[in-house]
Amino acid sequence: MIEIENVRKSFGSLEVLKGIDLTVQKGEVVTIIGGSGSGKSTLLTCINGLEPIDSGRITVDGTEVHAKSTDLNKLRRKIGIVFQQFNAFPHLTVLENVMLAQVKVLKRPKAEAEAEAVKQLNHVGLGDKLKVYPSRLSGGQQQRMAIARALAMSPDYMLFDEVTSALDPQLVGEVLDTLRMLAREGMTMICVTHEMKFAREVSDRVAFFHKGVMAEIAPPDQLFGAPRDPELQKFLSATH
Amino acid sequence: MFNYTFQWKQALARLPQMLDGALVTMQIAVLSMVIGILLAILLTMFRLSGIRVLSAVSKTWVEIARNTPALFQIYMAHFGLGSFGIHLSPFASILLGITFNNAGYLTENFRGALKAIPDTQARAARSLGFGQGGAFRYVVLPQMLRIAFLPMTNQMVWAILMTSLGVTVGMNTDLYGVTQGLNALTFRTFELFALAAVIFYLITKTITLGARLIATRLFRY
Repeated sequence: MIEIENVRKSFGSLEVLKGIDLTVQKGEVVTIIGGSGSGKSTLLTCINGLEPIDSGRITVDGTEVHAKSTDLNKLRRKIGIVFQQFNAFPHLTVLENVMLAQVKVLKRPKAEAEAEAVKQLNHVGLGDKLKVYPSRLSGGQQQRMAIARALAMSPDYMLFDEVTSALDPQLVGEVLDTLRMLAREGMTMICVTHEMKFAREVSDRVAFFHKGVMAEIAPPDQLFGAPRDPELQKFLSATH
Repeated sequence: MFNYTFQWKQALARLPQMLDGALVTMQIAVLSMVIGILLAILLTMFRLSGIRVLSAVSKTWVEIARNTPALFQIYMAHFGLGSFGIHLSPFASILLGITFNNAGYLTENFRGALKAIPDTQARAARSLGFGQGGAFRYVVLPQMLRIAFLPMTNQMVWAILMTSLGVTVGMNTDLYGVTQGLNALTFRTFELFALAAVIFYLITKTITLGARLIATRLFRY
């Protein structure tokens, strides 16, 4: 369970998170929508401790992320994150990309790591690209590789930060299909996205962020069908 | 006016000795590069550590190495340290001097190469559970070495050529030192030094071509 309590965060004089409260249960899929600069991506990087917070509390399975005593490297093994930029490691083949952290961080034996990598890469449809370097992959393939790389660490939670935003339109579908598959399999996920149709389909709840505040959170039918917040109404009519 | 008679045979007869010298030259260059690269990695980390003292050490090193004659650096290693009662052999002095020079130049190369790698790479590694050191070692460093590879080759060539400065601190077993000795013995100045130049050329050319070959093998991405 991920519990976010009254989290505040500023970059200089700009307050990007103004007291966010959100609890995500095991197996739940929560998507976050909202305009750029609404703080949604920042929240994700706070959850796995890549960004510090100014006040409030984030706990993952009871471990407080930003407590001094927390071993973030250990905690991050539980929480996979995939970014907008694909961040493929260019010097490693697809297979090596997915094996590296398994071997060096989790200390899995090579054979085991390789088997897991092959499994995950097959899962995201890259089983025929094992020996290829990322520069030979399309954006969609690189992003699916990044997802496989995160999944190979056997995380309990997955965070997706606008994973389709940097993709050519015709490549968005293949990545969203991968996310849909994960959602169906019961992975606990928080997705920041601009894909409304996708949000509607996969989410248990959808949260709307506006200027650092979570203006509304509701099951998708309710949030998209009968939005209450005036900013959300504006946002939805602009994006439809 | 021009009545010099070339006597190549005399010079060629000394070729085996000169090739032995060439081996010593390569030994110095290789050692100075290996140690230089390790030092440069360390100095690069010092520079980026954000710790003032370490950063200053790194900066000073780079400034001196790049803005003073290599001859001065080698002199300092031998006679400079000698003034403080630290007496290094000619071999150790030339090795120290060239290593100092290599480390300085390579640090700048590495720093430039690091700047070319997006921060998001380290971030992605951290989010997979790597600590700062692991992210550097397994993700950033290999990419940095690729970018810095050709400048490293240049420095290796430069290291080979710098060994010739060893004669000034009494080095007489390297290619240049041996040639110098033979010259004093035979006075076939032109022939001997021309032969030495050809050997230098062949060594450095081999390094450049070899490096290119290694690069295509090593960096297939």
